[in-house]
Amino acid sequence: MAETDTTSETGTPIQSSTGEEDIIQIVAMHKWYGEFHALKNINMNVKAQERIVVCGPSGSGKSTLIRCINRLEEHQQGQIVVNGIELSNDLKKIEEIRREVGMVFQHFNLFPHLTVLDNLTLGPIWVRNTPKKEAEEAAMKYLERVKIPEQANKFPGQLSGGQQQRVAIARSLCMNPKIMLFDEPTSALDPEMIAEVLDVMIGLAETGMTMIVVTHEMGFAKTVAHRVIFMDEGEIIEENEPHEFFDNPHHDRTKLFLSQILAH
Amino acid sequence: MSPSETTSVPGDGGYLPGTHPDLKPPSNVHGPVHWVKVNLFGSLTNTVLTLLVAYLLYTIIPQLADWMFFNAAFEGESRKACRAVAPDGACWAFIGNRLPLFIYGFYPEPERWRVDLSFLLLILALVPVLYDNMPHRGKALVYSCLYPLIAAFFLVGGIGLERVSTDQFGGLMLNVIIGVTGIAFSLPIGIVLALGRQSQLPIVRILCIGFIEFIRGVPLITLFFVAAVMLSYFVPPGTSFDLLVRILIMGTLFASGYMAEVIRGGLQAIPRGQYEAADAMGLTYWKSMRLIILPQAMKISIPGVVNTFIGLYKDTTLVIVIGRLDILGIGNSSLADTKWQGLSTEVYVFVAIFFFVSCFAMSRYSLWLEKKLHTGH
Ligand SMILES: Nc1ncnc2c1ncn2[C@@H]1O[C@H](COP(=O)(O)OP(=O)(O)OP(=O)(O)O)[C@@H](O)[C@H]1O
Ligand SMILES: [Mg+2]
Repeated sequence: MAETDTTSETGTPIQSSTGEEDIIQIVAMHKWYGEFHALKNINMNVKAQERIVVCGPSGSGKSTLIRCINRLEEHQQGQIVVNGIELSNDLKKIEEIRREVGMVFQHFNLFPHLTVLDNLTLGPIWVRNTPKKEAEEAAMKYLERVKIPEQANKFPGQLSGGQQQRVAIARSLCMNPKIMLFDEPTSALDPEMIAEVLDVMIGLAETGMTMIVVTHEMGFAKTVAHRVIFMDEGEIIEENEPHEFFDNPHHDRTKLFLSQILAH
Repeated sequence: MSPSETTSVPGDGGYLPGTHPDLKPPSNVHGPVHWVKVNLFGSLTNTVLTLLVAYLLYTIIPQLADWMFFNAAFEGESRKACRAVAPDGACWAFIGNRLPLFIYGFYPEPERWRVDLSFLLLILALVPVLYDNMPHRGKALVYSCLYPLIAAFFLVGGIGLERVSTDQFGGLMLNVIIGVTGIAFSLPIGIVLALGRQSQLPIVRILCIGFIEFIRGVPLITLFFVAAVMLSYFVPPGTSFDLLVRILIMGTLFASGYMAEVIRGGLQAIPRGQYEAADAMGLTYWKSMRLIILPQAMKISIPGVVNTFIGLYKDTTLVIVIGRLDILGIGNSSLADTKWQGLSTEVYVFVAIFFFVSCFAMSRYSLWLEKKLHTGH
């Protein structure tokens, strides 16, 4: 937590100002699924190396929001600029953005027909044109970082959930992304495996990776996040630096939500 | 139970908790005797069924074996000669006598080495396709892809080889040519159609659906008739369009339509997360299909794909309706020979065995492949 945002120390709610250094800029963005208004007037800026936790009740649009950032979902109104490129229907630009944005899913989504090592090298080889040998060396390095180098030649189906999720994180890291998105990375895991995945994510945070994490792990949010964003019914209701957010929530819905998850 | 000083109770076998070694499984769960006991006589129903089947086999097998082997005549110049040595056995001499006809049809005798060579080259071409861990597979596959041209050259001739009209193709070689062509080309076309059917582009989607539904709504025989009669209207006048080529096109298109549906089933079984993970990496559409989606979809589709192959292979006998004599057609027409009249059982048993062996081989290969591709999920 060395490079915590300066404004957060004052304790005032952070309103990130739009600036050159913002790696993600979302301006007045709306998203509909058919007739259903899933995201409403989202404004959000993320600085390079910033770590953001997004929380909120089920169905509030958290997944939809981060999936808009790498265009797994299309927004219909407003603007999303990632790494200086505005998202549009231009496939080339979308692919360019996706190369720089890693994503970790709730259900891992490893490729079951490939070994762990092949899962890791596929992106570098086919997207970044890295030579195979170099890609494998890098992959082993990342597997060591997530502490499972000995599983390199197994298939995902032979690993535990926690191991699979660590492989999935390593797979994203192999692409050398500038931004990492996590969509409830631990919510499909048994309690004893949550810690091993969170440990890897904390380690990643220490390297200065820009991270947006959808999670209900409040301990993680407190130690790692620079900012917590609370969403409900498709809107950003409140955002603040973590201690302020948890100790002194402003909005009634935030209070209700926090009381509900802390009751568990 | 060994006496123990500690408070923990020794488990079964006298090992303290945490000290149990790895043991071999008990021997009575292995071995043929155990297998028979469990699988054939495991319950009353099982026992009754086993005895019933054993009785049926006992009554059928000896008779069949007598007819096929022990009482059969393997040599002779006519049916009469056969019957003289083997009054109530099969007359395989007939098949033996006619074997070249069954295999080559009316392919000119001095040129038949070209057919043999093509068969041999076919087997070589199949090796890299069937075994993905052979050395130098990449280069070998180039040969496999060129094989159709090589085979066409040898079979039809030209440039130094005497030309043989495709009208003279017949017998088993015709089944193999139509079957292999259909199998080889229907798979890629089927994949493209299946992907097209899921395309975001409405025109592509509608074209693919239209084609698939048309093919599935029309019997193959009809397509062969169309091939024989109508297709010549569509080519520029003056150019002749070989009938065999038309048959090959129709057989391939027919199988492609079915293939597309089989593969679509496989594609639909792939969870959305796989598409998303591939997209999120920045893979292009074609790369994500080739590297992520299709390998998984094809694995699921193997039984259906091979089923379609087998169906097409057997349907090659339908060329008889447009006057081409495949192995079955040759067999049928041989029966008209007065010297050999009345031997239809032999002919049909022979043809049946030929198809059974080919199809069974395909079926076993697909099982082997499925096992090999199983990665434990
Ligand atoms: N593909 C879709 N089509 C239609 N509606 C959708 C689709 N995906 C999500 N929704 C709807 O959009 C809303 C937001 O969904 P989203 O998945 O973003 O919620 P979430 O906050 O991630 O919830 P959870 O905590 O349950 O994952 C929900 O009401 C959901 O039903
Ligand atoms: Mg979600």
